Amino acid sequence: MKQILVLSGKGGTGKTTVASAFIEISKARAYADCDVEAPNLHLVNKVMNKKSKPYYGMSKAFIVQEKCIECGLCQTNCRFDSIDFDGKYTINPYACEGCSVCKYVCPVDAIEMRQSINGEITIYRDKNIFSTAELNMGSGNSGKLVTEVKTQLKDNLTDEPLVIIDGSPGIGCPVIASISGVDLVLIVAEPSVSGISDMERIIQTAQKFRVKTAVCVNKYDTNISLSRKIETHILALNIDFLGMIPYDKKVIELINNGEPVTNVEFSVSFAIRDIYRKAIQMIED
Amino acid sequence: MQVAVLSGKGGTGKTLVSVNLSYLAKDSVYVDCDVEEPNGLLYYKLKDTAQEHVNVKIPVVNHEQCIGCKQCTEFCEFNALAYILEKVRVFKDLCHSCGGCKLVCPQNAITEFDRSIGKITSGFYNETEVFSGKMNVGIESGVPIIKELLKKVLNKKKDVFIDSPPGNGCSVMESISDADYCLLVAEPSIFGLHNLKMVYALVKVFNKNIGLVINKCNDDDIIKDFAKANKIKIVGEIPMDLELGRLNSNGEIVSKYSQYSWLFKDILNNVYKEVS
Repeated sequence: MKQILVLSGKGGTGKTTVASAFIEISKARAYADCDVEAPNLHLVNKVMNKKSKPYYGMSKAFIVQEKCIECGLCQTNCRFDSIDFDGKYTINPYACEGCSVCKYVCPVDAIEMRQSINGEITIYRDKNIFSTAELNMGSGNSGKLVTEVKTQLKDNLTDEPLVIIDGSPGIGCPVIASISGVDLVLIVAEPSVSGISDMERIIQTAQKFRVKTAVCVNKYDTNISLSRKIETHILALNIDFLGMIPYDKKVIELINNGEPVTNVEFSVSFAIRDIYRKAIQMIED
Repeated sequence: MQVAVLSGKGGTGKTLVSVNLSYLAKDSVYVDCDVEEPNGLLYYKLKDTAQEHVNVKIPVVNHEQCIGCKQCTEFCEFNALAYILEKVRVFKDLCHSCGGCKLVCPQNAITEFDRSIGKITSGFYNETEVFSGKMNVGIESGVPIIKELLKKVLNKKKDVFIDSPPGNGCSVMESISDADYCLLVAEPSIFGLHNLKMVYALVKVFNKNIGLVINKCNDDDIIKDFAKANKIKIVGEIPMDLELGRLNSNGEIVSKYSQYSWLFKDILNNVYKEVS
């Protein structure tokens, strides 16, 4: 089984547009959305037969008021500023990271660690298998949830040749969790000073984990000189440059219709097909 | 006044809006809290900057004092400590710096050292005071950097504009924690709408005053319909304009151009009206 992960560093460069097109082109039967803070793949690659279950992240502290003697030791020892005092001591569940230090220092056992639901993890199964999740607002543990999305997909597979994974923006824990075990990271870059800066940081992140990396540029004709600059820069780094996708307002129309761009033959779908072909060559090498 | 600019979805124009509003506001502060992928300094090209590291505490085990009781490894909820080959090993990337291992060690064999996870750059661009946090590559969480950034602007008697990270997780929540007003930036696509709904749920939980800017406006009314249904005030609409996009993509503050400055002045005035 080969896995292609689509990343970008910067948000909104077209990860989901590219990933959803790859799924269509490859007829991949297995895919996952690891952007647990802002998942969107389910809006374009629809699979029926949804089964969701709650995702339990770290347990969170809870102060049993009847036992509390208001000594304040929990507050002094908490490094996450998650214990408020407003006439009584209470835990701010959004700030609590579940380390249990407060429970340990409490002299009267007034603190319990309670399981908390941090999101929802979903599997869709018809002829295709699609694993996705949505993190509850303000929650931590997004990296752990990403790992669960990937594990859930793997547990439901028998013998799939190709898995497509849509990633999240940034370079932090959800991205790092999504990189582990993949065969190729395809970075969708955007020709802007922000797009270039973010691309450089995601390339460094991918290289730190020694995973094969390739780059393509989306909406290249919105700034042709920066697109050329990206291509030259990528080739100089000895990284595969797989191609450029033009800007076309038809993309947003198709997406808003809930359709992958490859449903229509036009310049954008041609370009993505070409990038796909090169990406497959890379993982077959 | 502290305004947090956020979006859920990435690439909708958070930096465009927060840079331009802080540029137009008199004597204001711009804070880039998107520490994983900070872009504010690409627009605010600072000449003189001050830099400082942001550190977190990571345990160090004194192996001579350690008796191998494993209380620390059992206590750690993050699996950042493991007892391997008769020694306690620390996996610093997993450590949340809670200090628990140090507390439970009966031998006082654990001390802590400062690990730099990123830095904060600050300076002035004309009148605008600029702070930008940048997390080191390979670090899992930038939340400690965001906390440091917000400490710096907490008691400022100026208007503060916060450029938040995308998503709706812990770092977004952190960046809006002190905000008086949350400015949501959305784009008219089904992706934009889905993520707007998620981030809207977040700001509502925290009872924040909110306003909405629609960027890359087209004929599609999906965001407007959502705003209407939820009684969210639309404080600005930025058209889909390839020239604006090109200037912005080159790192230009578009409000320096007369044909665009009114657009952001309008949004700024609407925000002031809403906050007062």
